[in-house]
Parts: sequence; structure tokens; C-alpha cells
Amino acid sequence: MQVNGEYKPTIVAFCCNWCSYAGADLSGTNRLTYPDNVKIIRIPCSCRLNPMFILRAFQRGADGVILCGCHPGDCHYTTGNYYARRRMTLLFSMLDFLGIERERTRVEWVSAAEGAKFAATMNEFTAQVAKLGENKRLEDLRCKK
Amino acid sequence: MQEVMKKALELLQNGTVSRILGWKTGDFFYDLTPAVFESAEEVEKDFVFSPFCGANLSKYLIKESRKEGKIAVFLKPCDSYSFVQLLKEHRIIRDNVYVVGVACDGMCDIEKMKELGVKGVTAVREDGENLVCETLYGEKTVARKDALLERCVSCKSKKVVMFDEMLGENGEENPESHRFDKVAELEAMTPDERFAFWQNELSRCIRCNACRNVCPACSCEKCVFDNANSGIANKAAVTSFEEQNFHIIRAFHVASRCTDCGECSRVCPQHIPLHLLNRKFIKDINELYGEYQAGADMDTKPPLMNFTKDDCEPSIVHERGGDK
Ligand code: SF4
Ligand code: SF4
Ligand code: FES
Repeated sequence: MQVNGEYKPTIVAFCCNWCSYAGADLSGTNRLTYPDNVKIIRIPCSCRLNPMFILRAFQRGADGVILCGCHPGDCHYTTGNYYARRRMTLLFSMLDFLGIERERTRVEWVSAAEGAKFAATMNEFTAQVAKLGENKRLEDLRCKK
Repeated sequence: MQEVMKKALELLQNGTVSRILGWKTGDFFYDLTPAVFESAEEVEKDFVFSPFCGANLSKYLIKESRKEGKIAVFLKPCDSYSFVQLLKEHRIIRDNVYVVGVACDGMCDIEKMKELGVKGVTAVREDGENLVCETLYGEKTVARKDALLERCVSCKSKKVVMFDEMLGENGEENPESHRFDKVAELEAMTPDERFAFWQNELSRCIRCNACRNVCPACSCEKCVFDNANSGIANKAAVTSFEEQNFHIIRAFHVASRCTDCGECSRVCPQHIPLHLLNRKFIKDINELYGEYQAGADMDTKPPLMNFTKDDCEPSIVHERGGDK
């Protein structure tokens, strides 16, 4: 996305309701800043993240997608993030296999107490994606509004 | 192999089963299609077992094993892995199926025979290691090993993993199949080269859905791709990287349950090497979570339905890749 002549990557952050979404909240209450082009989508648990959601985000023009969930061992549903971890590992590896820049995807475990980590992660990830520029390889004109 | 047809007749006649799931000739003699036979006459008339019986019959049992009476099925080694995987997922009613395992010398691909210059084939007969083809231009002989389907070239196992009866001698697993070589070759390329490779392959896709429909691991009653509102039910109108979503998700949905039977690539009218996507998942699973062969047994959990507390983090993808 171009804003005032400056490129700002669109980042979609899927955050689990119990930890990372609360972490994002905390970073707000603490008045920490992270880029406003990070779009947070709340999901019940990291394992709710269907791979299709990630691809669809890219098709619609996201430049980077990040998943945040409870730390392994702390999932509200006990094991959800362990499954998510395997799925995301394989999915990211597949994207890489298809030649899609692997820096566009990331998983980070952020607890409800880690507001600072949330903001730092988003800043860092946004900067990383900004270096890559726009996502062309996974966009799909059929899916764009 | 006359033996196979004889067995089919015998099973019908002695009342072991009331139906047979086998192969019959489709549009062309080399284009065999799965078929159900209900009587000895039908078997005698249409049943075929030839070097073109690549089609994996196990998926048909999902519907067939739910019908009245018992059905016999002929399974090659690779098909038997799909069969066990389906059993494990409670998709087949085992009691209604009589499995005849068939030893396998590898199935053939008419396209490869054409490349070898055998054109206008009207019939093919087996002769030891060779295939003798009757063509419009006289008789031609090709070595069977040169005409094998891609999947048979790197066959992972000649062992029928579950059967009630075996025709011919059961074989062994083949750890030297080299089936991951092409995947490794792609992994060694740069992302740009890989992107170009897949763009070239996948942009030929016509979204006929044959690969999805044939896959024994892919048997949901309702498929995500049948959603007309999704915007992905038809072919993409973009030139960038068509059908990536479909192909990534198709392979992902069967990851860790895919037995590597190779049917997707066999049926693709556009000759897209789809099995490479599935194999990439298998290779990653083997490397990251330990060797796993779907369909090899009844009691292990598919790796994506399992975890350990010290699994690697997804960032391993970034670390492993180096600057490739
Ligand atoms: S993959 Fe192996 S078992 Fe299957 S048809 Fe080919 S040679 Fe036979
Ligand atoms: S069989 Fe081939 S052409 Fe048909 S949908 Fe699958 S990849 Fe595309
Ligand atoms: S509830 Fe947060 S990862 Fe499962």
C-alpha cells in the first residue's frame, strides 16, 4: 500500500483470543506503538488458523502474515498451539518450496503479559516485510475487491 | 495376467463375494477405468488386467463397501497403502471387502511409449521384461522399465500391506526408491528459480479437479473448493501464479495422510508433477518429525494429528534455507 508516496506493507496478524490478543491490548494500554498497517484478526486459538486464511490474506493483498498464540504449554485449550506449530512449519516450508519469500510469514508466541513483546514483534516484522516490497507472487486478482 | 481374471471369476462363482471391483477398458485399451462387475458374464466380457492398470481402486470402496453384500477388490502394493489409510480413517467397512493383493511389476504410461516412438498402438502384450506392442505400423517391442509411470520408476514399496489373499509373491519395501530426488533438486534452487518452475507448471492447470477427485486421501463429502462463492471455483484470470491456492491447499489437506500413491500426477491431463508437492510434505515430515509412511499400519497417528512438546518452531524454515 502506498501512503503519501511511501510504501507501507499490509500486515495481517492472526492473534489468539486468550494470550496474544490480550497482549496486543496491553501494548495499547501501555501506549506502546506499532505500525497502524498491522491488521489484527482475532481467532479463538492459534490452531483455528486454517492455512486457507493465510493464503486468502495474501491473495487479497497482504504483504506479510503473522500468527501469534499462547506460548507452547500455555494454550487455553491445552494443545492447540502444538498442532498449529506443526501445521505452520509445513505450510511455510511449502510456500518456500513454491518460491514465495519466506520472510513474509512468521509465528510468534506472545502471552497476555507481553505487551512490549507484541509491539516489538510487530515493528520488527513490518520492517522485515517492508524490505521485500509488495507481495506479487501470491496475490490473486479474482479475490481483490 | 489371466490369473487375476480367473480369481475374479472364482470368487464370484464360489459365493465369496457378490461383486468385483476391477478394471475395464475405457475410451482406449490403454485407458483403463475402474469398474464394478456383478456377474461372471460381465467379468468374462469386460474385465481387464494389463500393464495399464495404474488406477488405484481403494477410493471406490468408500461407497462400494457401504452397499449390500461383499465386494472383492484387487490392490497393487501402492493401492494397499491407500486402503489401509482409508480403513484407519473409518472410511471403508472392512467386513464388506475381500482384498486380493496383486504383485506388481510396475504400471505403464502410454505417453512414455509414444515418446519411445511407439505410435498407433492397438494392443500390448507382456513378454517377460518386455512389452510387445501391435501397432498400425507393425509389431514393436519396448522394455517395460522404459515405459513405466513416473510413480513406478520410484516405487516405494512392492509390499501389499493388507490382504485376504495374495496373487503372486508379495514384495518388500524399497528404501532405495530415490523418490525425493526431484524435491531435493528443487530445494537446492533459488526461490526465483523455484517460483519460475512452479509458475510454469501450475499455470497450465485447467482446474478440472481430476487430481482432487482421484486422490484416495481426499474424500470429504463437502470440499472447500466446491464453494461457488469462494472465487476459486474456476480458473484464475491472473498471469502471476495461477492456482497456487488450490494446489497448496489440496496438498496440505492430505499432508501426513498422503501415501504417495502418485494418482494425482497420473490423472492430470496437463502433466503437472503434482506428486512433488505431496512429496515435499512427506520429506519435511520425515526430516522434522521422524520417518513416517501413511497407510503402512493401522495404529500410528498421522504426524499432523500429533505433536511432541519439543517440536521445532516454524522459524526452522528460515534457518534451514540459508540464502537459497
Ligand atoms: S508404484 Fe509400485 S506398486 Fe504401485 S503400480 Fe507402480 S510399481 Fe506397482
Ligand atoms: S488434474 Fe491437473 S489440470 Fe486438473 S485440476 Fe489437477 S492439476 Fe489442474
Ligand atoms: S488458546 Fe492461545 S494458542 Fe490455543
